[in-house]
Amino acid sequence: MNWLTNFVRPKIQQLVRPKEVPDNLWHKCPECGHMIFHRELEKNMRVCTHCGHHMRLPVKQRLEMLFDDGAYKRIELPKVTEDPLRFRDVKKYADRIKDARSKTGEHDAMVVAHGTMGGNAVVIAAFDFSFMGGSMGMAVGEALNAAAELSVAQDAPLIVVPASGGARMQEGILSLMQMARTTVAVDKVKEKGLPYIVLLTDPTTGGVTASFAMLGDIHVAEPGAVIGFAGARVIENTIRETLPEGFQRAEYLRDHGMVDMVVPRHELRARLSALIDLLRNRGPVGEVVPLHRNGAYSDVEQRLKDAHEAAKPAPSPEPGA
Amino acid sequence: MNFLDFEKPIAELEGKIEDLRHMGDGDGLNIAEEVARLQTKVEKRLREIYSKLTPWQKTQVARHPDRPHCLGYVAALVEDFQPLAGDRGFAEDAAVIGGIGRFRGRSVMVIGQEKGHDTESRVKHNFGMAKPEGYRKARRLMEMADRFGLPIVTLVDTAGAYPGVGAEERGQAEAIARSIETCLNVRVPLVSVIIGEGGSGGAIALATGNVVMMLEHSVYSVISPEGCASILWRSGEQAQAAAEALKLTAQDLKRLAVIDEIIAEPLGGAHRAPDVAMKDVADAIDRHLHDLVRLDPGVLRARRRDKFLAMGRQGIE
Ligand SMILES: [Zn+2]
Repeated sequence: MNWLTNFVRPKIQQLVRPKEVPDNLWHKCPECGHMIFHRELEKNMRVCTHCGHHMRLPVKQRLEMLFDDGAYKRIELPKVTEDPLRFRDVKKYADRIKDARSKTGEHDAMVVAHGTMGGNAVVIAAFDFSFMGGSMGMAVGEALNAAAELSVAQDAPLIVVPASGGARMQEGILSLMQMARTTVAVDKVKEKGLPYIVLLTDPTTGGVTASFAMLGDIHVAEPGAVIGFAGARVIENTIRETLPEGFQRAEYLRDHGMVDMVVPRHELRARLSALIDLLRNRGPVGEVVPLHRNGAYSDVEQRLKDAHEAAKPAPSPEPGA
Repeated sequence: MNFLDFEKPIAELEGKIEDLRHMGDGDGLNIAEEVARLQTKVEKRLREIYSKLTPWQKTQVARHPDRPHCLGYVAALVEDFQPLAGDRGFAEDAAVIGGIGRFRGRSVMVIGQEKGHDTESRVKHNFGMAKPEGYRKARRLMEMADRFGLPIVTLVDTAGAYPGVGAEERGQAEAIARSIETCLNVRVPLVSVIIGEGGSGGAIALATGNVVMMLEHSVYSVISPEGCASILWRSGEQAQAAAEALKLTAQDLKRLAVIDEIIAEPLGGAHRAPDVAMKDVADAIDRHLHDLVRLDPGVLRARRRDKFLAMGRQGIE
């Protein structure tokens, strides 16, 4: 069995590895190569203190940084049939799931929680990228549907935070069907007139982008996040051309009309709270007056007649009324 | 301060005032008194000039570079403005500004054209000339406002929709048509203000509102005076005559019942006192929103449609 290679050998390697290699204490920014002390990096929400590069954020920290005071309640998610195709590649899918669960402590790639943002009730469904690359299978479909139903039940806006490579191949066509399923789910929220906001994080690709992630009322993205449908390498190999600078990055998508705003991680809570507040607390409306359509503001016919009379002498410029 | 041709006497007087201010007291001349005398004179001249601006002169005022533009209004009047971008199809068009914010305590959707104020910003905003994606963004935002029951305020200031090959390929006409259609379909209040230039289809795309107001010296026309002159007079130099003939001033359009209200400008035009002009615009918008938000959504829509359906049955004899 793999127990020896997968578990014991790494442990041994860790023990014998020379100590000068920075392991957990220091992180190397993948963008600028700067070494950042781990505590400093965590304090800075995993944004490089040197170049501002936004590194991927574990789902727990994601929820903490979004909800007021970092306080939220997770909901238990419905169970789904596991490994529906009895799929195996070089490894059994059932084993991959087991590994992912023990590695992450999560049941699958989506976490659903509720709490408040800027004092307004909000439901957040966030992907856990460390769980099989945040891939979308039946469990994610089920989780998003649960999030949508919670949002409707609580009359609260829904924020979805994708961090996903796309569909989970190991569930075959059933994972593809999650694109339709999640679309129905988020439409439940939209049908109720509740705001549906997508916070696009690195990476948002494939079937996730091509379904619920592009259907938000408002699309907010983190700086530099890769957002796209096909992978950059696939495209490059197909068209045999070098891709443009910044291709499939958050800023590129904003310039191409797909994203409303690119917001640095430190400002996300404030910006999302402001958006929700504007959409939810609309201010004074007053009593709706049941008037039929021929009242004030539809006196045009009369005004046209008046205008006709008044305009007979040659018009001369006059200061405004 | 930029001065228009017909403002030359003002420029001279204000130049003198400047000179006096730089001069010290002493040689028997009471500077403060002289400055006050000249300022009274400036006011008198401004009153004379601005009370009888010709349509062509008004066109110049409407295009004045110092006139408050869309983003100026947003900055001055809208709290917590959250700009929204993109048509979800092709591009973000910075010629059209749009977003949600709080206007006098009320959440609103603000949409308008921005011309820019210096070379860099003018290029960025394409001089306020929107491409199809700009109108498609406007439509998307109006639909969003409709979904969430937010009143829509549009601030119109454009020479017209951008004439270009790409814009045509991507359906400039279709985009404008859909934008007008959306204006007419939404079930929330839609208040439009022509703050500068209302250039043709590019303007009406955002200005099909329950209430359409114009600043006193703004213009709104089917074609620019220059364009009209070059087509009908076959000479762009006849722009002045074309401006007269087109009936493009706020006063003419009020008479034709195409607009509902004229918002008076500060003496010497909005560019001389932008803060005052913007506040007056805000007061007017607020007054109408206050009434409109009380109407049933279906009634709001029906009245808007009736209003535009009734237009063009009568003109000036
Ligand atoms: Zn860095």
